[in-house]
Amino acid sequence: MKKRLFILALCLVMVVSLLAGCGGDKSTTENQGEDTETASGSVYWLNFKPESDEVLQQVAQMYTEKTGVPVKVVTAASGTYSQTLTSEMDKSAPPTLFNIGNMEGVKTWSDYALDLNGTAIANELNTDAYNLYDENGKLCSIGYCYECYGIIVNPDLLEQAGYSLDDIKNFDGLKAVAEDIHARAGELGFDAFTSNDMDPSSSWRYTGHMINLEYYYDQEGTTWTECPATISGNYVDNFRNLYDLCVENSLVARSELATGGHDAENEFKTGKAVFFVQGSWEWSAVSESVPNATMIPYYCGVEGEEKAGLNCGTENCWAINAKASEADQQATMDFMVWCVTDPEASRMLVDTFGVMPYKSAAESTNGFLAVANEYASDGCYVMNWATNFQPNVDAYREVFVSALNQYNADPTDANWETVRTAIVDGWATQYQAVNG
Amino acid sequence: MSKPKKKTGMSSLERTTRRWWPLFLGPVTAAFIIGFVWPFIQGIYLSFCKFKTTSDAQFIGLGNYVNAFQDASFRHAFWFTALFAIVSLVIINVLAFLIAYLLTQGIRGSNLFRTVFFAPNLIGGIVLGYIWSMIFDGILSRFGTSILLNTRLGFWGLIILVCWQQIGYMMIIYIAGLQNVPGDMLEAAKIDGASKLQTLFKVTIPNVMPSITICMFLSLTNGFKLFDQNLALTAGQPIAIQAGGVSVKTTEMLALNIYNTFYNSNAAAQGTAQAKAVVFFVLVAALGLMQLAFTRSKEVQQ
Repeated sequence: MKKRLFILALCLVMVVSLLAGCGGDKSTTENQGEDTETASGSVYWLNFKPESDEVLQQVAQMYTEKTGVPVKVVTAASGTYSQTLTSEMDKSAPPTLFNIGNMEGVKTWSDYALDLNGTAIANELNTDAYNLYDENGKLCSIGYCYECYGIIVNPDLLEQAGYSLDDIKNFDGLKAVAEDIHARAGELGFDAFTSNDMDPSSSWRYTGHMINLEYYYDQEGTTWTECPATISGNYVDNFRNLYDLCVENSLVARSELATGGHDAENEFKTGKAVFFVQGSWEWSAVSESVPNATMIPYYCGVEGEEKAGLNCGTENCWAINAKASEADQQATMDFMVWCVTDPEASRMLVDTFGVMPYKSAAESTNGFLAVANEYASDGCYVMNWATNFQPNVDAYREVFVSALNQYNADPTDANWETVRTAIVDGWATQYQAVNG
Repeated sequence: MSKPKKKTGMSSLERTTRRWWPLFLGPVTAAFIIGFVWPFIQGIYLSFCKFKTTSDAQFIGLGNYVNAFQDASFRHAFWFTALFAIVSLVIINVLAFLIAYLLTQGIRGSNLFRTVFFAPNLIGGIVLGYIWSMIFDGILSRFGTSILLNTRLGFWGLIILVCWQQIGYMMIIYIAGLQNVPGDMLEAAKIDGASKLQTLFKVTIPNVMPSITICMFLSLTNGFKLFDQNLALTAGQPIAIQAGGVSVKTTEMLALNIYNTFYNSNAAAQGTAQAKAVVFFVLVAALGLMQLAFTRSKEVQQ
């Protein structure tokens, strides 16, 4: 009998130790929570920009050294942010600081977002342009940097081909230059556009960026404040103008784009092409090899586009977890304010983010953002990121990519109509899927 | 303990096992409950809920199941998966048996061939999907098309990939079965004047029926559960876009459909995906059991 009891006890110990092993994470984080409650909260930042992870870890460490407040930065792998956020939010120590980057995110995560109206961090902003509000006017998330995109140009190569930036002031100018360079690619040693892959690592340059020209002009002079149920599609053909120009006058034939495998950034850096459809976050990668790289707007044949500027906006917006403890919320708020006011920290952050729209943050050194400002001060209109309103964004873009693949395989007008359906009808369908 | 009890004829191994079984079973049972039973029960409960995070669920009844069955993409995924499972089951098993049969005929270099055929099974599905997408597109681009542009190509691409991956694995099971066919039976058949083909169908195959059962079970459930190869090779493309903007991913299989549903931004998406997952489980379990019962009945006692 004693032996049997002993065996049972032994089993119990094993099971318990197993359970303890499984639950290890939980218990330690809970302990941390208790410790930090006395040290007034802690910060857990779920970051969505993998390229900035290294800098954020340094900044977090700096803050902890300075104030003793623990700051944990976890970065979701590229393209998995929404999955990571969903599972992290379920844990006993969920993120206190996370990203709500577009109106769809506001819809999904609004319950988890603290109202930032009138808070310390909101008072540090120098513009309201990048903030996201829900339908009740709650300030759900607050821009911490903004970006711009367009067509990156290598002016040296342009000159070698016998042109200058002054030749490109509208779509006709761009078309003439690109087609001529493409025709003489053999003799020049470089082509007009870099590859335009349509695989998931690159297709967003078109379905998430270039299509913005359609949405922007579709707003007809106004700015969407919430996702419209339908779009007119009046400028889909302008998108086609520019898209065709890119894929027709590129290093890689359009029939080879579907599965990708080309390295557009490297092609641009090594001087194989003059034009590269990309955005300001490429500055640090590109400026080393092409220091005078510049950016031009999406010229697409719209009347008056000589006055167009770059596409500026952001998907990088901080939200504070409304379900976190008050101490954690306060600690997070203090950390955010420190990030945008401390000279050293904001310098590091601005260097990785490009620019931070806060009164006391460091000056930007990003050449592309400087170009964006030049356009704006020359009186050109800034094209806002209407793409942020894309309903059910992943599904919408997938269908869009599939239609473009069909079109690239056989670029007929009939296949273009399918692309138009994906853009225009697809919008209405996905809007219904989310809101219906 | 009294002395007479020791003389009950139990071996010492048996006695030890009787006494110590909780020690061996305990940890496994605990792990099974934590890793399978509990999540499974929670999953069933969640399929009746509206939720964003699993700890914050709200009971809503059968609505998720209604959504799941009304979803055209789910129905399409079901038929696509069923077709895929049947075709892959037949091809994998026929080829695996054939290769196993050839490699047990004592030809030179059998061991080398076995290793080579088994090797693809060691590569993960995602990697395999990307490698094969490059191979397929390398060939298809010469014909101006791509695996992502044509449903038929996508289907056969998946079949080729899965066959390439699994034939070697099934082959090993068949080889083990073939080596267990009693030599005296084969000899008796030979003496009785049975032809090679007769020997194969009347003696060999009935004797390897247990291997056939397990291989068919594995390839059928593998076919239904396929996910990573599907994600990496086609991700559901091409997407059929109907007028009005309704779209169906034509090469999307059930598991991928559930995954994509879960990360939709509709408020009911997670619950619907969970309901689909429960339906999916019932389906795979029922098919697997039916198939087991059927092939078991064909097995012979040696």
